[in-house]
Amino acid sequence: MDLSAINPVLLIASLMVAATPLLFAAIGELVVEKSGVLNLGVEGMMIVGAVAGFATAVESGSPLLGFVAAAGAGAALSVLFAILTQYAQANQVASGLSLTLFGLGLSALMGQSYVGIKPPQMEKINIPGLSDLPVIGPILFGHDLMLYVAIAVIAAVWAVLKFSRIGLVLRAVGENHDAAHALGYKVVRIRILAILFGGACAGLGGAYISLIRVPQWTEGMTAGIGWIALALVVFASWKPWRVLLGAYLFGGVTVVQLNLQAAGVAIPVEYLAMSPYLITILVLVILSADKSSAPAALGRNFHAAR
Amino acid sequence: MKLTNLMTSAAVALGLATAALAEDPTKVGFVYVGPVGDGGWTYEHDQARKAVVEEFGDKVETVYVESVAEGPDAERVITQMALQGADLIFTTSFGYMDPTINVAAKFPDVKFEHATGYKNADNVSTYSARFYEGRAVQGTIAGHMTKSNVVGYIGSYPIPEVIRGINSAYIHAKKVNPDVEFKIVWAFTWFDPAKEADAAKVLIEQGADVILQHTDSTAPQAAAQAAGNVITFGQASDMAEYAPSPRVSSIIDNWAPYYIARTQAVMDGTWESKSTWDGIGAGMVGIGEITDAVPADVKEAALAIKASLADGSYHAFTGPLNKQDGSAWLAEGETADDGTLAGMNFYVEGIEGDIPQ
Repeated sequence: MDLSAINPVLLIASLMVAATPLLFAAIGELVVEKSGVLNLGVEGMMIVGAVAGFATAVESGSPLLGFVAAAGAGAALSVLFAILTQYAQANQVASGLSLTLFGLGLSALMGQSYVGIKPPQMEKINIPGLSDLPVIGPILFGHDLMLYVAIAVIAAVWAVLKFSRIGLVLRAVGENHDAAHALGYKVVRIRILAILFGGACAGLGGAYISLIRVPQWTEGMTAGIGWIALALVVFASWKPWRVLLGAYLFGGVTVVQLNLQAAGVAIPVEYLAMSPYLITILVLVILSADKSSAPAALGRNFHAAR
Repeated sequence: MKLTNLMTSAAVALGLATAALAEDPTKVGFVYVGPVGDGGWTYEHDQARKAVVEEFGDKVETVYVESVAEGPDAERVITQMALQGADLIFTTSFGYMDPTINVAAKFPDVKFEHATGYKNADNVSTYSARFYEGRAVQGTIAGHMTKSNVVGYIGSYPIPEVIRGINSAYIHAKKVNPDVEFKIVWAFTWFDPAKEADAAKVLIEQGADVILQHTDSTAPQAAAQAAGNVITFGQASDMAEYAPSPRVSSIIDNWAPYYIARTQAVMDGTWESKSTWDGIGAGMVGIGEITDAVPADVKEAALAIKASLADGSYHAFTGPLNKQDGSAWLAEGETADDGTLAGMNFYVEGIEGDIPQ
């Protein structure tokens, strides 16, 4: 056992990278659920975002353009979900699940000619002076742009939900769509916009995996992160900062357990392997012991005539 | 008169139908653990499937199901394949062992081929490749090439096949570099690019400058490339897109000759249950081109090992070798028997850490 082999600075820096895809997907889903819609298609939108972002980055040579395309692709797929659930009044659980299955298949088809290709590298930001600081430099100032975008999205969602009129309307629609409708708010339109936002975020999360974290394209490469994002939203009791905490905790324990294994710590590997799930759930369950609960209209379809 | 005509045509039609039935192609099913585009293990199995199609053309019909989870779900998929009339089914992952045996008991007329397992039945053959021979070549290169004397190893599941690989690589790295140390991380997955990339990054952060992987995706190769100054080996497939560096060589699984031979045997009615375990010599294990990132003398040493493994003059597990706890395993000049290798559940002396139970 040699714990000195673990470099805490590198560890924190890499856990932030490991957590970012989860962060994107979860904050998008949080907004969707706040508007009263349950979209189980996160995994499908992520993987389509991953392949669309990858393909665009490879063809254009610009990772940034790749992320734009990924957000577009994720949102485009979520339009399908929006049409099914908001206009055709289809069951949200079934529609979401089929979106995931469809996304996995579609991405495999789209990605066939991109297997084994290397994407253009995303430059890490480099602030002279700050990025060279010991300890703080690599942790706070040595990452790629998208990692900061993810944190900014969390902050923005939090501020909008808490302080702005738009946030209030969104929450009203999610809590009681009949009352919101009676007040004259366009329930369906607001929900569609929320679904689009969720799709774009999931797409960004997927592209973060295929362009930065791994970086390459392989079929099924999101490997269940979308599902973890869904669980995270619930355990974070629909609060943006808890999503950040949960995602970093999950990413952190994942990286720490690999570090402990490599350092030869005598804890059975099975316990280490399950620890990210256990610890994240445990902490968030303890945190959610307060009164916060799910949006009251979550998963219920709205029709003006009823 | 009319009736006779009718009966004649009916008879002719019936005859045609039977003729068509006789022309019925041999149906071969494949169950894959990952997607065919994984660039590694499943990719190579699917290449072999395509080789079967090319060899037999219309006489064969192949079906495959990809990304089948090991366990109960596999049993459902295999059963479905057998019900759909498959004559021969290849189940291509260790975790399909019990499901394959269970389904085979229900379909005595269908032939089954299970990869890397050790349970046979009258209609279940097992086949595997001596990947550990390839690991011996990799270990030799790794031992020579490492400057930090730390070699990182990404394991999938703690099963004999993976442990054999770790031992073989370690023995041969140690032989050329007594100071070498192995850091082993278990990913508990065959295929999860994000997790594999994380594992590779962790190993590199902890000083490893050679990464060996027993997982199926090319993610560790990408991580090594991003880190620079780290070398890797292609796993199951050549992964040549990462050559000449970080990927300096590879183990390539070549299943095509075996799949063609077994399909032929089913067509001829000569198929019988057996266990096949071939290595470099028989061509089931290929060593991918050793790139120029490796110095000439190291390349020569690696090729010499490869040649001696191929012609059988050298066995990758040759004594004197002790087990991890220091107890004697093989005496001077003694070689390991296949039974011990097939069920290998211990590290050799010098490797640190425990095998997850």
